[in-house]
Amino acid sequence: MSDKVKVTIDGITVEVAPGTTILNAARQIGGDIVPPAMCYYSKLEGSGGKCRTCIVKVSKGSEKDPRPMPKLVASCRTTVMDGMEVQNITSPEVIEARSGVVEMLLINHPLDCPVCDQAGECDLQNLGYEHGLQKTRYEFERRTFERIDIGDKIQLHMNRCILCYRCVFTADQITNKRVHGILNRGDHSEISTYIQTAVDNDFSGNVIDVCPVGALTDKTFRFKNRVWFTKPIDAHRDCPTCSGKVTLWYKGEDVLRVTARKDIYGEVEEFICNTCRFDKKKTADWVIEHPTHISDTSVIASNHYETLKPLPVIQNNPQLQQANKVELEKTTKF
Amino acid sequence: MKWSFLAKPEGVARYLVCNADESEPGTFKDRYLMTHIPHALIEGMIVSSFALGANTSYIYVRGEMMPQIRILEKAIAEAKHAGFLGKNILGTGYDLELYVQPGGGAYICGEETALLESLEGKRGNPRIKPPFPAIAGLYGCPTVVNNVESIAATVPIINDGGDEYAKIGIGRSTGTKLISASGNLVRPGVYEIDLGLPVEEFIYSDEYCGGIANGKRLKATVAGGSSVPILPANLTLKLANGEPRLMSYESLSEGGFATGSMMGSGGFIAFDEDQCIVRNTWNFARFYHHESCGQCSPCREGTGWMEKVLHRIEYGHGKMSDIDLLVDVSKKIEGNTICPLGDAAAWPVASAIRHFRDEFEWHVKEPIKCLDTNYGLANYAEPIAKAEVTTGN
Repeated sequence: MSDKVKVTIDGITVEVAPGTTILNAARQIGGDIVPPAMCYYSKLEGSGGKCRTCIVKVSKGSEKDPRPMPKLVASCRTTVMDGMEVQNITSPEVIEARSGVVEMLLINHPLDCPVCDQAGECDLQNLGYEHGLQKTRYEFERRTFERIDIGDKIQLHMNRCILCYRCVFTADQITNKRVHGILNRGDHSEISTYIQTAVDNDFSGNVIDVCPVGALTDKTFRFKNRVWFTKPIDAHRDCPTCSGKVTLWYKGEDVLRVTARKDIYGEVEEFICNTCRFDKKKTADWVIEHPTHISDTSVIASNHYETLKPLPVIQNNPQLQQANKVELEKTTKF
Repeated sequence: MKWSFLAKPEGVARYLVCNADESEPGTFKDRYLMTHIPHALIEGMIVSSFALGANTSYIYVRGEMMPQIRILEKAIAEAKHAGFLGKNILGTGYDLELYVQPGGGAYICGEETALLESLEGKRGNPRIKPPFPAIAGLYGCPTVVNNVESIAATVPIINDGGDEYAKIGIGRSTGTKLISASGNLVRPGVYEIDLGLPVEEFIYSDEYCGGIANGKRLKATVAGGSSVPILPANLTLKLANGEPRLMSYESLSEGGFATGSMMGSGGFIAFDEDQCIVRNTWNFARFYHHESCGQCSPCREGTGWMEKVLHRIEYGHGKMSDIDLLVDVSKKIEGNTICPLGDAAAWPVASAIRHFRDEFEWHVKEPIKCLDTNYGLANYAEPIAKAEVTTGN
């Protein structure tokens, strides 16, 4: 008697608890077969189902009812059934539909990555690299909005928003009073505060972390530096309001910004309060733990201070080793 | 059928909601019904609520229909006065409260889960299904959402018996259906037809629409409201295999989307030879662009994109590649959205290009001419020329 259900995703079988979504089952397997998610956020109730990037094909409904599902389904909101078979990257139909969704997400996005603070840690940028087209087929003016200040620490740049609703759920569930939501309808809808009333509570800064794009940015960090020039260090402090577990982003000696710790799917581990985020920007405020592990695929890892090994191309080539002798001696010293 | 899915847990309220948020372009049968026979709807609500065990029922009416809301409220007051509503109806011990709720006038609130959200006082965004409303609907309770016409149809079914009602119609399409006929017809209006009536008879017979106005020829029809695929005249009247097409659920969808359409909401729109299909398609696309709720990305961005491309073609700035682009965009919206609005926006565009590609290409080739003349029927070599139907009258 097992209370687990079996689900096969791209030929890999995994046993998960009943009620798990396909996306979370895929995350238990990990690797390439995990569908990308722009709007789903495991810590926010009710999120997901909107961006449609996580669509997958269910080629077999369940052991009892083996019929395939007629349409592609959003994996973040579809729960697994026993014996379900799911195709993600093995189905050309899914890849095609996903690239369609990515194209739709990008047509009204300003693509101002060179001046965007989120560049380098932007989910949409990663998604665009993986699934996007080389050239846009959209030849019209993109929608534009005025920038809005939400309080003195957060700026909303609605042009970049992909309307994932994550920040709305955050404001609703994490903070005490809900003061922002969606105005208007369709492609002119926008995230806004009611007559731009400042969001003012201890946890409002988390909307910056949940934002998958550069629509909500930290004004204390705006235009200070590119993320890939900063070095993330895990640290903590004894905070009366939150867990105090954060990542500090260093440039030289200075802490340029403080964010919550994020897992490999870009989701924060624990939400942090505004005091930790905006006010504690000295090394003396924190107990340093260790460098944050950054995935090799991220541009932030280009600093590569964590594992100081010579590049593979140098390791295999004695001539190059000779040429880089001084550099190599430096690295082997650590 | 829909009722059989209703969950029946103990101790939880059940609701019946009547969807009177009729907003499909080309459909106006529910408005007619509510204006002229509101008591048929109220009787249907009472009977259906009793059958489902609901003690509170709502009629969600589109906000623009203020006169109909007043009529319904008056009719409810009359029914209450006569003892058909309220506590202990006619001594049966059954209580029912019926409320009329005006909506904000959004097309999307005609989608059942968006309607429930709106009824709960929230933003009218469709919910992600499952769970379906029959399991968790209004305030998380099992809910049935039915259209005005369906609820009003319960009355003759109860009075005459289901078998008697099923004798009308053909095949699995039983009973009668209200059709809102509009467009270039001699006598547009709301018609109650027995399902199975030939489309040709419906358009040309004096009993129904009386033919195309001003002695012109039929070019195309939209058989079931703006969201269903448009059909050229020859495919409207005849199936692909040459048999006459009937007004029934099966016959209208015969041939799939390649040569068929859908019954939809029964909004029958006829276009004569002088109508511009590109302009019409643009008009529909503009409507769906305006009415998209903006929740999921393919529909939010795609509807606007299609509208802009169609606008460009209609006003003579189009390119040949735009036509294939439209087909591709519509394919990427279709089936990838939360609610059927995405499909509804994609189908008219895809079908218009499928059947009237000549006309789109003409708009691109003749950017000046297309501004003041229409392509017309005569320019069609194939297959529309066959559709010059003279029978019927």
